[in-house]
Amino acid sequence: MPVVVAEDVRKSFGSLTVLDGVSLSVSEGELIAVIGRSGSGKSTFLRCLNGLETPDSGQIIVAGHALAPGEEALRALRQDVGMVFQSYNLFPHLTVGKNIELAPRLVKKIGKAEAADIARSVLAEVGLAEKYDAFPEQLSGGQQQRVAIARSLAMRPKVMLFDEVTSALDPELTGEVLKVMEGLSRSGMTMLLVTHEMAFARKAASRVVYFHQGRIHEQGPPEEFFGAPKTPELQQFLGAVL
Amino acid sequence: MPSLVFSDVWAQFDTLLSGLLQTVWISAVAIVLGVVIGVLCAVARSARSRLLRVLAAGYVEGMRNTPFIVQLFLVFFGLPGLGIQITAIQAGLIALTLNLGAYSAEIIRAGIEATHRSQIEAGAALGLRRRDILLHVVLLPALERVWPALSSQFVLTMLASSILSQISVEELSSAGALIDSRTYRSMEVYIILAGFYLGLTMLFRLSFDLAGRFLFPRRRAVAVRR
Amino acid sequence: MIRSFGPAEFTFLVEAARWTVLLSLLAFIGGGVIGMVVALMRVSRNAMLRNIAAGWISVVQGTPVLIVLFLVFYGLPFLGLRFPPLVAAALGMTVYASAFLGDIWRGCIEAVPRQQWEAASSLALKPAQRMIYVVLPQAVRLAVPPTVGFMVQIVKNTSVASIIGFVELTRAGTLMNNVTFQPFWVFGSVALLYFAMCWPLSVMSQRLERRLHAGRRS
Ligand SMILES: Nc1ncnc2c1ncn2[C@@H]1O[C@H](COP(=O)(O)OP(=O)(O)O)[C@@H](O)[C@H]1O
Ligand SMILES: [Mg+2]
Repeated sequence: MPVVVAEDVRKSFGSLTVLDGVSLSVSEGELIAVIGRSGSGKSTFLRCLNGLETPDSGQIIVAGHALAPGEEALRALRQDVGMVFQSYNLFPHLTVGKNIELAPRLVKKIGKAEAADIARSVLAEVGLAEKYDAFPEQLSGGQQQRVAIARSLAMRPKVMLFDEVTSALDPELTGEVLKVMEGLSRSGMTMLLVTHEMAFARKAASRVVYFHQGRIHEQGPPEEFFGAPKTPELQQFLGAVL
Repeated sequence: MPSLVFSDVWAQFDTLLSGLLQTVWISAVAIVLGVVIGVLCAVARSARSRLLRVLAAGYVEGMRNTPFIVQLFLVFFGLPGLGIQITAIQAGLIALTLNLGAYSAEIIRAGIEATHRSQIEAGAALGLRRRDILLHVVLLPALERVWPALSSQFVLTMLASSILSQISVEELSSAGALIDSRTYRSMEVYIILAGFYLGLTMLFRLSFDLAGRFLFPRRRAVAVRR
Repeated sequence: MIRSFGPAEFTFLVEAARWTVLLSLLAFIGGGVIGMVVALMRVSRNAMLRNIAAGWISVVQGTPVLIVLFLVFYGLPFLGLRFPPLVAAALGMTVYASAFLGDIWRGCIEAVPRQQWEAASSLALKPAQRMIYVVLPQAVRLAVPPTVGFMVQIVKNTSVASIIGFVELTRAGTLMNNVTFQPFWVFGSVALLYFAMCWPLSVMSQRLERRLHAGRRS
């Protein structure tokens, strides 16, 4: 039973077709690396998976929730789907601890003490246990991004979505974030990540997906994908980025 | 609840209309003169002379931190006390102009401060005279930049002109008060006045938008973007 | 009998200024409460609420304070409600302040980056929770300087309440002028007292504004 199913997802902004029939099925524990040119629709696809964008047509089922209109259904889905953004998006007025505890307390109605326990344990998971009382602005970019990952983890999601989470970081800070994601994947988390880190995709992904003009143009296991790309578009893309 | 009867008030449409026209021209004159003062004052605030800077700042802060009605009374009742005889309309125009002058000075100054030093240096490098740099490199782009904020201030000046009714200038609000005293239909009168002022507000906004496109051709080009 | 303008007369004005302060506070509280509702309606997802709030803002902002006060002053008795002048003036000023504060605060709410809203939504927060715990705390920070700045407008515009007969500072000045015939001294003093109330607020607003910008840049 796949954890993520997308079928013929289409989305346009005005006259611009951004997703032109995307179908993808992700099994439990997979790590899907999504690559492609800027503007090819990667972010839009990821945002469709947790309802930040509404597809014009097609079907999406994530962690057993069918994406359907309606506030309640959407929130049920989002409880099981974590999302981490390029710009971290930590809440600047809350400490690291409070950032993490907010959703468990408000959404899952977990008590104060238990929420704090959860916060400390997910912080330890990303290696930032000592930053519980810090404010986001006191942390480096890499640390902020790890807190953002911890904040998502605190909801115990079944799937996690990462949209270029290392793109805003200085090169020397990307490693610590990638390491956290690798650990997560090894612990069995189902993950989709849009990335420009080809080496990471090659090493950690179970499957690599190439987006081109709003479609999945080619996909496959990393060895095959990088070693023997079939389509000229992917060959050209890899030639440019590798 | 009693019902509203507008017919008595509409019967006095002539009075309303002449008040309306009076409001329009008083506002127009005050706006033109006020911008002139605003520009002079904004320039004075970055002048080399310290005295000029302090005077300009004092004027701006003084006007911005006291109510218009008090400024109006000072002019209307105060100037004759100093032996200067003026009519109510003159007093109203002086007060409105001085008031807008201070607000627009502050708005224009913000526009000037947003001008990059490099622009001025580029102007100097081209061998432009100081006066030309001030006009073409600093002032006009500044006005262009703050035109929307200035336009809002102009509308506020038009609305503030309603206070001139307190020194019996026969503008729109006075016309309303007059009709009120003739018909005893206060509620209807002030509903209609509100409608007239709303209409004037929209008319003024539209005019300033068009004027901006005429005065600053670049606004025309970028208007699509906004 | 003609009195001349001396310390006793000045004291009379100072005492009247207390009513200006009281009226300003009432207007700020009333306008703040209604303004908050207006701002929230203005950013709501319900189109009807949004339009009502937008209409309220543009109608009040497009009408002179004087006319707003007259409408409330005559409108209340018209609806069969009788209030003392202070309450009528406070209600009129509340209407005025609610539209401007509503508009200012709408701007502050919308200035909270879209990504913050999205992050909150992604964590499955309800719209109300997102507003209360994520957006508003950040909007408040942005709102403080312009709100303090608008308090200056409130204090100044309470002077218009003198026209509907409420005896505050300006009205006291008019009364004093009628017995002293020294308009320059009387209204000069009135202006000075307003300045003493408004200028500190203006300076504070500017300082807060600068600090906010400095804080955001770092
Ligand atoms: N909210 C939006 N409104 C209009 N156009 C959008 C919006 N979001 C994305 N787009 C456009 O859709 C295209 C795909 O965007 P995106 O999914 O972000 O691409 P990618 O993440 O692959 O770079 C781009 O051309 C982008 O400008
Ligand atoms: Mg993207």
